[in-house]
Amino acid sequence: MSTTTIPEGNAQADFYDLHEHEHPEGHSTMLGFWIYLMSDCLIFAILFACYAVLGGNYAAGPGPHDLFELPLIALNTAMLLFSSITYGFAMLAMQRDKVAQMQIWLAITGMFGLAFLSIELYEFSHLIHIGATPQRSAFLSSFFTLVGTHGLHVTFGSIWLVTLMVQVARKGLIQANKRRLMCLSLFWHFLDVIWIGVFTFVYLMGMLR
Amino acid sequence: MRQHLPSFSRLAGLSLVTAAAALLGGCSKLIIFSPAGDVAQQQGDLVVASVVLMLIIIIPVMALTVFFAWKYRASNKDARYEPEWDHSTQLELVIWAAPLLIIICLGALTWVSSHLLDPYRPLSRTAPGQAVAADVKPLEVQVVALDWKWLFIYPEQGIATVNEFAAPMNRPVVFRITGSSVMNSFYIPAMAGQIYAMPGMETKLHAVFNKPGKFVGFSANYSGAGFSDMRFAADSMTDAQFDAWVAKAKASKDTMDRKTYLQVEKPSEKVPAHLYTLSDPDLFDAIVNMCVEPGKMCMHEQMAIDQRGGMGVAGLKNSDQLFYDKTAARGTGKPADWNQKISALCIDPKQANMPGDRPESSPVAIDRLNGLGLTHKDDAAASHASSSALLSASAGNVPAPTRSNP
Amino acid sequence: MAPQSALPYSPIFGRLSLEAIPYHEPILVGTFCAVALGGIAVLGLITKFRLWGYLWKEWFTTVDHKRIGIMYMVLGLIMFLRGFADALMMRTQQALAVGGSEGFLPAHHYDQVFTAHGVIMIFFVAMPFITGFMNYVVPLQIGARDVSFPFLNNFSFWMTTAGAVLCMASLFIGEFAQTGWLAYPPLSGLAYSPNVGVDYYIWCLQIAGVGTTLSGINLIVTILKMRAPGMGLMKMPVFTWTSLCANILIVASFPVLTAVLALLSLDRYVHTDFFTNDFGGNAMMYVNLIWIWGHPEVYILILPLFGAFSEITATFSGKRLFGYTSMVYATVCITILSYVVWLHHFFTMGSGASVNSFFGITTMVISIPTGAKLFNWLFTMYRGRIRFELPMMWTVAFMLTFTIGGMTGVMLAIPPADFVLHNSLFLIAHFHNVIIGGVLFGSFAAINFWWPKAFGFKLDKFWGKVSFWCWVPGFWLTFTPLYILGFMGVTRRMRVFDDTGLHPLLIISLIGALTIACGIGAMLVQFAVSIWKRDELREESGDPWDARTLEWATSSPPPAYNFAFTPKVHSLDSWYEIKSRHVARPTEGFKAIHMPKNTGTGIILAGFSLVTGFALVWHIWWLAIVGFVAIVAGAIYHTFNYKRDFYIPVEEVEATEAERTRQLAAIAAGA
Repeated sequence: MSTTTIPEGNAQADFYDLHEHEHPEGHSTMLGFWIYLMSDCLIFAILFACYAVLGGNYAAGPGPHDLFELPLIALNTAMLLFSSITYGFAMLAMQRDKVAQMQIWLAITGMFGLAFLSIELYEFSHLIHIGATPQRSAFLSSFFTLVGTHGLHVTFGSIWLVTLMVQVARKGLIQANKRRLMCLSLFWHFLDVIWIGVFTFVYLMGMLR
Repeated sequence: MRQHLPSFSRLAGLSLVTAAAALLGGCSKLIIFSPAGDVAQQQGDLVVASVVLMLIIIIPVMALTVFFAWKYRASNKDARYEPEWDHSTQLELVIWAAPLLIIICLGALTWVSSHLLDPYRPLSRTAPGQAVAADVKPLEVQVVALDWKWLFIYPEQGIATVNEFAAPMNRPVVFRITGSSVMNSFYIPAMAGQIYAMPGMETKLHAVFNKPGKFVGFSANYSGAGFSDMRFAADSMTDAQFDAWVAKAKASKDTMDRKTYLQVEKPSEKVPAHLYTLSDPDLFDAIVNMCVEPGKMCMHEQMAIDQRGGMGVAGLKNSDQLFYDKTAARGTGKPADWNQKISALCIDPKQANMPGDRPESSPVAIDRLNGLGLTHKDDAAASHASSSALLSASAGNVPAPTRSNP
Repeated sequence: MAPQSALPYSPIFGRLSLEAIPYHEPILVGTFCAVALGGIAVLGLITKFRLWGYLWKEWFTTVDHKRIGIMYMVLGLIMFLRGFADALMMRTQQALAVGGSEGFLPAHHYDQVFTAHGVIMIFFVAMPFITGFMNYVVPLQIGARDVSFPFLNNFSFWMTTAGAVLCMASLFIGEFAQTGWLAYPPLSGLAYSPNVGVDYYIWCLQIAGVGTTLSGINLIVTILKMRAPGMGLMKMPVFTWTSLCANILIVASFPVLTAVLALLSLDRYVHTDFFTNDFGGNAMMYVNLIWIWGHPEVYILILPLFGAFSEITATFSGKRLFGYTSMVYATVCITILSYVVWLHHFFTMGSGASVNSFFGITTMVISIPTGAKLFNWLFTMYRGRIRFELPMMWTVAFMLTFTIGGMTGVMLAIPPADFVLHNSLFLIAHFHNVIIGGVLFGSFAAINFWWPKAFGFKLDKFWGKVSFWCWVPGFWLTFTPLYILGFMGVTRRMRVFDDTGLHPLLIISLIGALTIACGIGAMLVQFAVSIWKRDELREESGDPWDARTLEWATSSPPPAYNFAFTPKVHSLDSWYEIKSRHVARPTEGFKAIHMPKNTGTGIILAGFSLVTGFALVWHIWWLAIVGFVAIVAGAIYHTFNYKRDFYIPVEEVEATEAERTRQLAAIAAGA
């Protein structure tokens, strides 16, 4: 039943692309990167599922109520949200080919990212300090793993950000660099979306438990 | 459905079995098709019924494959050759509809049989046509999979055995099954299909023996080095024989209590059968709750505490009671020593919250931390009631004491 | 993070010490000697013929999808020999250890053997085979010059290889897991498996898994973005369709494996409580998660070969494929349904009747599209002119074998029936019936089918037939006894048996396995003989089977750029259209062709990963850190290289195509 609209005759031009335009380099990178993000999203889905199943198993230890500090987390969330906005400004600058402006926005984004990581590390170190370690209960294991995996992503995103800033500084806004910045943009916003999930599902709903 | 199928399928089954038996000559028998218990018999019949249903389509497909392969071989120039023919709506309908119809039948069979033969469902009959009277109480047998042997506890009779199981014929048996360390599967092919035995959880199986005989049971799920020999005698007896067997166990000078259990629980292989009198009727509950060892917090207590929102920051200190894994028992070294380190690090609980925090919330009575439930017998009744309700609620169908979230 | 196992620990070598070398096990020492001697011989020959440079430049660093595809096949074949050696050892042990005998393998060794057999056969044999086929064939079938991300392709291959090497290292350094191929906790947890076995398991799968996921993404994008002009989705060859679905399954399921293994490794390395008995862990979650990956995995393996069977049946029947559209829909149905059946792997966990029957019924529903596919092949043969070349022989053997495997699968899908058959040798026979009957027979069909395309000469038919006639009866001889043993209530993974009544069947099964060994031997002879007699078997037309899809439109082996001019597609059987209309092959107007450049980054990064994995297994923390930093630094360094492509000069294209013109003219003159 495959539809057949085959041209009559055997003209060569009907069966061979004699005047081919080559594919521009990296024309499918965005699709590939997007599919990668979906696979990454699945990893987070599993971690969320684990948290959903194990999140109530405090093993006679502390629960979210006893441990989470909403004001701190709200501050942290703000850091990440701001970093997404500033990344957006960087991309706008990139569209207009304003290299210096873009670099400044990227640097600000990186600062927000670092602030986010610092607050997260502070939270973790505090929890571990009082003995609420990942080993203490399945709830804490899944909490640390979910939030920590997100934090690792932000860490690698920051390393990537710095790398791209160096590359832009060296090569300027060539096509390849623009494409890379677009990929990192997808990645950065993706992490933001994941964090919204973490904030809602782990912290807010945790306080309501 | 269930009334008709066995008769029709048993006929087919019989021919299949005889064919296979003829093929095998002197080999061991196909226990799946000729077991000694009604549940296993129905399950075996189901195997046969499904095969018969599927053969309706499998045989034509295989025959057509061979026939087409032969008929349309390249050297047969007489056969029709239609290289452009690639579609026929009628044929497509048939090739989708025929399997669909079979699957609808099989699906119905699956739905009905899954419910009727649900291992958690009390038996409604002990044999075809023999309904279980409402007042018949099934024989309760508590089963524990250990490394690498089986412990059976008969609470009613007050006896316990290792690697030996016996039951009177035609009396329903309810198995309450758990494990001590890793996952096993409890399986007596002559009696009923298997179900997993998992530590800290309880699964259930209802079954019955109809014919006398000496059978075997074993673990059907690999559980480590001694797994191959994790087998036990499963004897089907008359009532008199069973009473005599119980009496023999009663006469045993060895008693099964927590101390003996902790000895028996240690890994060992090829353990000969042994009979005990039971001195601690709560032993099985303690095993399921992983608190046989003194000083361990029982799972149901832990779950009840978690249900109330945990024990707060103060609960960080009680981790010793929560180590259940028998690392030492299997000779694999001490468990991690991080908890000692943590307790050393652990500072004043007043500082336990974050800066600018609300005052310490949900105060928890620390005195209830220690062996709640089992060490204080009187207190246990109250907390037991609530938490075992929780346990049985979750054990009803989903054998997960780790409670599901709201 | 103190070391937990009974093994002694040193800061420099971690848990690694001379004790880790199993010199007291004669079987392993013998194997090691054989491998070492063979290895030295191979390395010596490579050095003698000065092939290192050639291998490095033309193969190891290549980004050509065809060469990478061939390397995947070589990897799969080597690992297949290892996996089969394990199988033979198991059959022998079971045939010996009956009625009081202990056999020749102690538990510690036997338990590693069955674990390794499963892991190797699935991850390092079946996966490389199907990835190899997809890599080689898909770009050619869709008229592309390479995959979308050629460097990533090379990297994926080397990551898979690094995983395989790590898995093989466990044979001679330390031990492999003794847990069964899915490593259920708590058994695989630190408390019950404190040594390095499970760590080897985790890291070899994690490293290979990265490769598999990336390769899946790569092929999806390739199929979606790089099809020849005119090739709409519903004009894609069936193999491309099934590859697309298999790769979607890969991308949608391998991250689950990655995540669940990561959680297990956290349990083992930092003592978290995901799957422990302690502190509120839940081992049942592992079982669920691993099967959420594990069930799609079996469809990942079989789907591409369903596609291969479709191509082969249509080609050798000399007909259009019957019911292309329903074939595609059936594939898509299978893809989607494969996600909602995972629980059928553990009906016996006690989920309750309604949950069990739901998953039982969804499982049965999968057999409808699968059945439809079978009928489509059947009616493709109907009114055809079937040439029984080797690929078609394997296809018919598959159709007969797989049908039985499908039937026994549906039997297991009925929960109460599963209660008596679960974990029995019946189950073993069932999944070998579908995996050998489907995946392996399919791979053999596909190897015989596409070999002439890859190398320019056909495989020897006589030895192929010998192999076929050993394999197919050998398979039934091995697994029919296992089906029957399952009905006797015999469990899998048993090392010794009390019941002497089982002995005859176990011996028959061993004889079957030995017959299969002959089949494998014959296949190796077939390869050797074919290479030896390659001039006799030479096939220069590029289309030895009178086939229908685009990969046959170019020369055998194809030039690096595959097609000098990209074909335009109008129907499913594009090459058949071009052939039957006698469209002239363009012989002028060539242009320089834009191609990706080779790079050594892939093999280097995979090497770092291997080192990191090894260090993690043995708790050599400093080396793990060094290795990991090297991976990240290497990856960043690679991104500073912007010159990743080049042009094949037009003169070279012209010369190659002129040669091809002469070749075709010679064939025409000869005919």
